[in-house]
Amino acid sequence: MADESGQKKATIIVFSGTMDKVMAALIVATTAAAMGMQVTMYYTFWGLSALKKGATADCERNWMQKMLGWMLPKKAADLPLSQLHMAGMGAGMMKKIMEQKNMQSLDELMETAIDLDIRMIACQTSMSAMGICKEELLDTVEIAGAATYVGEAQDGAFNLFIS
Amino acid sequence: MPDETLDCTGLSCPMPIVKLAKTVKPMEAGDSITVTADDPGFEPDIQAWVDAQGHELTSLEEEGGVFTAVIELK
Repeated sequence: MADESGQKKATIIVFSGTMDKVMAALIVATTAAAMGMQVTMYYTFWGLSALKKGATADCERNWMQKMLGWMLPKKAADLPLSQLHMAGMGAGMMKKIMEQKNMQSLDELMETAIDLDIRMIACQTSMSAMGICKEELLDTVEIAGAATYVGEAQDGAFNLFIS
Repeated sequence: MPDETLDCTGLSCPMPIVKLAKTVKPMEAGDSITVTADDPGFEPDIQAWVDAQGHELTSLEEEGGVFTAVIELK
């Protein structure tokens, strides 16, 4: 449950690529880090969109991967809501309300998480399947496979899967 | 007398706890910190944070929706 330093570990798999679910994951992650835990977030499939910084890199993609790239969000701020998205109207309203309530935006939460030394890992296999390259993701992101996640999760005081 | 003060009014979850964790990082055992916050979940949250970190909540008061917590670091 804890490493040599006595620090407890928590891991979160982010499978969902929707704004509200990724935000919920980041709120739990930043809180766990603030409570002294060593936190690892593992982004896979649709969750990878949350790590995109809005840059289009010239990496090799076949036509299907190119199509995926056109359809998926280009950056974290463009993630849709999991419910009531209403072609962007719902997400826009939610952002406005959160701003009024002085809540952090998805980008700010991500920045806070990185600042708290939360390990951000992108799933290598999902990246190759979806035609996403390293240059399109935030600079602090590590690229690794499931074994890296399982290695951390073995010692996890809690392990979550956000789908 | 508290050594350090932290104003978290206007901030909502998880920022009061995140800010508090960052502020106490360079502080030492025996130091104390006074935190003010108006996040409605602050009362149970600060108790949970103090318990998880092994610190002591010396006092917790509420006035007009603003909580004031004094924490002694262990």
